[in-house]
Amino acid sequence: MAEFLEFRGVSKRFGTIQAVSDVSLEIKKGEFFSLLGPSGCGKTTMLRVAAGFEEPDAGRVFLDGQDITGLPPDKRKVNTIFQSYALFPHMTVRDNIAFGLAIAKRPKSEIRTEVDRMLELIRMADQAGKKPDQLSGGQKQRVAVARALINKPDVLLLDEPLAALDLKLRQKMLIELDIIHDEVGITFLYVTHDQAEAMSLSDRIAVMDNGRIEQVGAPAEIYESPRTSFVAAFIGDTNFLEGRVHDCLDRDYCRLAIAGLPEIFCFNDKVLQPGQPIYLSIRPEKIHISHDRPEEKSRRNYLPGIIEDVIYLGSNTKYWVRVGGYRIQVLRQHDRYFLDEKPLRWKDECWIWWHADDGFMLDHFRKADEGLLAVPPQSVGEPINGK
Amino acid sequence: MRRSRFPIAMTAVVMAFLYLPIIILILNSFNPARFSSRWEGFSLVWYAKLFESPEIWQAVRNTLIIAVSVTAVSVVLGTAAAYALHRFGASRLQRVHYTLIYQPLVVPEILMGISLLMTFVAVGVPLGLFTIFLAHVTFCVSYVAMTVLGRLQDFDFSVIEAARDLGASSWQSTRKILLPMLMPGIVAGALLAFTLSVDDFVITFFVAGPGSTTLPLRIYSMIKYGAPPMINALSTLLLVVTLTAVLLSQRLANRRSGAVKSTG
Repeated sequence: MAEFLEFRGVSKRFGTIQAVSDVSLEIKKGEFFSLLGPSGCGKTTMLRVAAGFEEPDAGRVFLDGQDITGLPPDKRKVNTIFQSYALFPHMTVRDNIAFGLAIAKRPKSEIRTEVDRMLELIRMADQAGKKPDQLSGGQKQRVAVARALINKPDVLLLDEPLAALDLKLRQKMLIELDIIHDEVGITFLYVTHDQAEAMSLSDRIAVMDNGRIEQVGAPAEIYESPRTSFVAAFIGDTNFLEGRVHDCLDRDYCRLAIAGLPEIFCFNDKVLQPGQPIYLSIRPEKIHISHDRPEEKSRRNYLPGIIEDVIYLGSNTKYWVRVGGYRIQVLRQHDRYFLDEKPLRWKDECWIWWHADDGFMLDHFRKADEGLLAVPPQSVGEPINGK
Repeated sequence: MRRSRFPIAMTAVVMAFLYLPIIILILNSFNPARFSSRWEGFSLVWYAKLFESPEIWQAVRNTLIIAVSVTAVSVVLGTAAAYALHRFGASRLQRVHYTLIYQPLVVPEILMGISLLMTFVAVGVPLGLFTIFLAHVTFCVSYVAMTVLGRLQDFDFSVIEAARDLGASSWQSTRKILLPMLMPGIVAGALLAFTLSVDDFVITFFVAGPGSTTLPLRIYSMIKYGAPPMINALSTLLLVVTLTAVLLSQRLANRRSGAVKSTG
């Protein structure tokens, strides 16, 4: 499918802050597309440029092939759901939803049937006479959705719509948004800083940082093969290993020399030459851990280490394992690998291993991105009771 | 443990000091005695006399003409000033603007009266209803602007963006969203302006001309030439009107229900 909403070289500056710099992005028709990034990364500015609330300093915005860069918000077939909902407090739920149609001077009878249909969609037909401040957060959210959808926009823009809701309600609204997207079939542009929201809803995600796009792709692509250290560290958790290419075994695999570690096998999807410096990202849940050295298989990396810290998280347990100069983060559901094995404890010697395909070599590494990772405790004390 | 009686005693003294004169005035307005303050029974005779005096009716008419036109003009100007101050408040020029608008609230009235009189004389505007109107607008605008500004300060402008987003033009979003949501502040400002205009004495005294005597000026001149108890009745009526307006304005200014809360 062809691009539907397109940003071409968009830049926007506020005073001394470059909010967005030269961003190009193509969003397909009917797609659920997310802009994901930390606060201040420029994602909301992108959305406001699409809505027409901000005019870009440079670049154009196209909707369905038409240049809409200079159009005011009321002339764009784009509607927004605001983080604060922005419901009209002096109007009832019904009048809030009807606002778009009333402004368009549509016949009264048509407005009535359309609003009734929307109230049905958000399951609030019995609340139509209430004012916004009589509604709960989730209900306000649903009214905001109905109010934006009634104009049948080409694109629905959602600015952190779930940020103000508590966790349980957020999960419920997440499913509702997904259902609504399937039902109405219009393009969604969703702005969020919450990776779980973006991952679970989106067809594609653009990860943003410092006004630039770091990577665009399907959720699995972004997670499994991050291109930059920022993407790897911002979405999920990871370990960074720094080294050089030792040699290339065949077209698919190479061996890496990493200071203080044995040689590491890695899947080689890039054309790399021996001697070239690389950064390897390996996710904690891809790494296995046990007391005994496991049976060796090909294309796996086996490293001996010492457990320096154990954090029990309920659904799984996090281990910090000292291997050479690195403290490697390992995430496992069970604290023993073989049934007869004794559980993994602080200060135990252990083996960690992962498959060569699970490590990923980054195109771009920035030292500062290590700050995004869960920081391990720097010094380790003695185990209590000598255990 | 015995509670101290001091706070209640203090309150009683303060209340007496503030309200006893007013209560005496109100009581006297129903007292038919002409010269003594001896109570001679309840009567509405002074109210009846009041309604027979053409001079007083002329003054009431002047006062109302001025108050209504002053209110209308200062509400429009004051609201516009408040909006400009709020939307573009960051610049240095706007801080000067704010100080200018705030001035009439702190400058002594007598100073304003003299300076306005000198200006009118210098420019050659004949003193009369029109000069009183101009003088009242200069300070009423400030009160309206401050009241509306208070309401704008916790106004969430994303509702205006939402209206634009849903297809409303700039004018439609102002008329259908901004103005209705600011209305309590605007009405409170209007009532305040009306009240201030109705009972202003000092400034009016300086800029009034022949035939433009307002109610406060009339009362003052009546007192100067002996104090007919009619004044008590007139003052009581004036008190009722201004008190109602002030109470109404305070209620509206404090009513921040819905308009702001729900957007948070």
